[in-house]
Amino acid sequence: MTYQLETAQHPKPLRRVAIDPVSRVEGHGKVTILLDDQNKVHQVRLHIVEFRGFEKFIQGRPYWEVPVMVQRLCGICPVSHHLAASKALDVIVGAKKLTPAAEKLRRLMHYGQMLQSHALHFFHLCSPDLLFGFDSDVTRRNIVGVAMAHPEIAKQGVLLRKFGQEVIRVTAGKRVHGTGAVPGGMNKSLTVAERDELLKDIYHIVQWSRDAVSLIQKVHTQDPGLYNSFGIFRSNFMSLVGHNGDLDFYHGTLRARDDNGKLIFDHLDYQNYNQVIEEEVRSWSYMKFPYIRAIGKEHGWYKVGPLARVQNCNQISTPFAERERKEFVDYAGGTPMHAPLAYHWTRMIEMLHAAEVIKELLHDDDLLSDDLMVEGERQMEGVGVIEAPRGTLFHHYQVDENDVITMANLIVSTTNNNQAMNEAIRHVARRYLHGREVTEGLLNHIEVAIRAFDPCLSCATHALGKMPLEVELLDVEGNRVHSLSRS
Amino acid sequence: MSLTFTLDGKTIPFEDGQTIIQAAGKAGVFIPHLCYHPEFKPHGSCKLCTVKVNGRHTASCTMRAMPGMVVESDTEEINAERRALTQMLFVEGNHFCPSCEKSGNCQLQATAYHLGMMSPHYDHFFPNRPVDASHPEVLLDFNRCILCSLCVRASRDVDGKNVFALSGRGIKTHLIVNARSGQLGDTDFTLADKAAQVCPVGVILRKRQGFAVPIGERKYDKAPIAETVTEGK
Ligand code: SF4
Ligand code: FES
Repeated sequence: MTYQLETAQHPKPLRRVAIDPVSRVEGHGKVTILLDDQNKVHQVRLHIVEFRGFEKFIQGRPYWEVPVMVQRLCGICPVSHHLAASKALDVIVGAKKLTPAAEKLRRLMHYGQMLQSHALHFFHLCSPDLLFGFDSDVTRRNIVGVAMAHPEIAKQGVLLRKFGQEVIRVTAGKRVHGTGAVPGGMNKSLTVAERDELLKDIYHIVQWSRDAVSLIQKVHTQDPGLYNSFGIFRSNFMSLVGHNGDLDFYHGTLRARDDNGKLIFDHLDYQNYNQVIEEEVRSWSYMKFPYIRAIGKEHGWYKVGPLARVQNCNQISTPFAERERKEFVDYAGGTPMHAPLAYHWTRMIEMLHAAEVIKELLHDDDLLSDDLMVEGERQMEGVGVIEAPRGTLFHHYQVDENDVITMANLIVSTTNNNQAMNEAIRHVARRYLHGREVTEGLLNHIEVAIRAFDPCLSCATHALGKMPLEVELLDVEGNRVHSLSRS
Repeated sequence: MSLTFTLDGKTIPFEDGQTIIQAAGKAGVFIPHLCYHPEFKPHGSCKLCTVKVNGRHTASCTMRAMPGMVVESDTEEINAERRALTQMLFVEGNHFCPSCEKSGNCQLQATAYHLGMMSPHYDHFFPNRPVDASHPEVLLDFNRCILCSLCVRASRDVDGKNVFALSGRGIKTHLIVNARSGQLGDTDFTLADKAAQVCPVGVILRKRQGFAVPIGERKYDKAPIAETVTEGK
C-alpha cells in the first residue's frame, strides 16, 4: 500500500532534512524530509519512540502493581495510564460496577488531569505559535515571550495547570505518579478540607476556561484561510462516547464515524476492541499504525483526541461547554471539521467541560465517602479504555491463575493518531516547503502541524518548550550542506 | 551502680548482656540497621549498624555494651560508609521504588532517605530474578531481597517451619524456599506466619492487595525512620 509522500520512488539522490527532536511536544520525535535539487519534497515521515518495551516489562509482574507501574510510561499524562490500567484490572478482579464514590473520585482525578494537560498544551506549548505567528521571531516564540506580551494569559495558564495538578494530588496522593486507583476501586477519598480547598478556586477556573475558549475561537475565526486549511486531510474519527452519546472522558462505548460524519460503528463494548481495530507494522517506524478492520488498511485509519471527541458526541452535559460545542459545530457548517488547527479550539472546549464537571463533582458528597472497594468473580482477561487528553487509550491484559500478567497490549493515544499526523505534515510540506529554501520558520510549520495533535512522543517532559532543535541538510554522500539550530 | 557508656557524647545506660543497639534503642537513640530486629537473635550481616567503639569499627547489633565504652555513630565518616553500603544494596537487586507497593513502608528506602542517598552511585547489576507466584496468598518478589535473613530466623525460630534459607556464598548468596520444587506454594507457609510479617523490604507480599494505604498515610510518610525506631519499633 502507498500513501502519497510516505515513500520516495528513488530516494538515492535526494537530500535528507531531519527535524530532531521535534520541539514543544511531549517526548522525543523526529521528522525526516527528502528533497531534491530544486527543494521539491519527495518523502516526509514522522518517527516516534514506541512503548513496546513496557509491554514486555509488565509480563511476569503481579497484576495489582500494574496501575502504578504503567504510569511511568509518561510524565505528562500518567493518570491516563493509571486509570486505563485500573479499569482493565477492575474487569480482572470482577468489579463490574465500582461504588459511586470510587467512580466519582476516579472521574475527578481524570478530569483534573484533562484540565492540567490541556492547559499545559495550549498555554505553554502552543500559544507562542498562535499568538505570534508560525514564523515569528524565534527568540520570542516561547512561553517566556507570551508572559511578556500577554501576562494575564500566561498567568491563567499557569494557574489552570496548577489547579489540575492539585486535583490529582488530592485524589492520587501526589501531583505526579501517585497511587489513588487500585483494581476494584480507590485507596482514598477526599477530606472535607481537601474538597473545600478546591471549591475555593473552581469558579475562577471555569471562568478562565471560558476565556480560553473565546481566545482560541477568535484566533481561529479571524484567519479562516489559515486555520481551516493548514495541514488539512480528511479521515475517519473515533472516541468513547458516554451515556446518551454524551462527551465522556472516563467511560463509555466506542463510536467511529467516517469523514462525512456517517457512523461506522457505535455502542461497541471496548472489551471487544480487537474485533474492530487492527494494528499494522511498517518497516520505517517503531510506532504501529492502527486502522478500522471493516474499512481496511488503506482507508481505515482515523484520528482521535479533542477534534474527534467533540464532533463524535451528541452533546456535552455541562452548559457552558455545550454552548461552545454548538458554536463550533455551527462554524463547521454541519459537516465534520478536519482542519488540524481546529484541535486547539476543541481542546479548549474540552478543558471548559472538564472544569465544569470538576465543579459539579466537588458539590457531591460521595467524594467524602469511605465506601471505596468492590470485588467479584475473578477473570483472566480485561480491557480498559479511557479518553486520555490526547485521545483514546487502550490497555489490555491477561492474568494467569497465580495473579501474574502474561500478556499486555497497549494502544496509546498518539499511536491512534499516527497516520493522521503523518498526513498533516505531508500536507504542510507540500504546501509550504515545496521548492523553497528551508528556513527555521518553514520547519516550524511542520512542527505546528504536529503540535496541533498534542502528541506525547515518549515519556520525557519538556514543559518549557526549550528542546533544542537541530536541522541538517545532507547531500547524497551524507555531507552537511546546510544546518540550522535552535536551543 | 548503673552501667553506662557514651554514644556520640551522650550517656546511655544499659543492662548486663545488652548489645549497643539494644541499649541505644531503649534510650531512644536511632542507629541505622536492616538485619537487626529486636525480637530476633542478631545476624550481623548488613553492617548498616556499624559504629566505632574506642576508635574501631564494629557491628552494634552484635557487640555487647561495656561500661565506659566510647561509641561513635552519627558521624560524617560512618554515615558515608553506611550510605555506600545502602547504595550497594540498591544496585545488587532490582529496587524500583516508584512501582513498589512497599514504597513508604520500606525500611531500605527509609534508611536511604535517612542517610541522604541521592543516587545509586554504582552500576546496577540488574539481576534476573523471577517472582514466585505459586502460593495462593503470598507473592515472593526476590528482586528486592537484601538477604537480611529475618524471614529465615522468623520461620525457623518462631513458626518452627524452616520455610526459607540463604543459599550460596558471597555475591552468589540468595534466598531459597525449602521445598523440593523450590516453590512457596509447595510449603506449609501461611499469611499468619511470623515470617510473613518481618520482611523489611518488599519481598514477602500479601497477594491481590497492593497500594492499599494512600500516599501520606504510609509508615514513613508519618515520621522518618529515625523517629520510628525506639526499642520494639
Ligand atoms: S525476603 Fe525479606 S526478610 Fe527475607 S531475607 Fe530477603 S529481605 Fe530479608
Ligand atoms: S543491623 Fe547490625 S549488621 Fe545488620
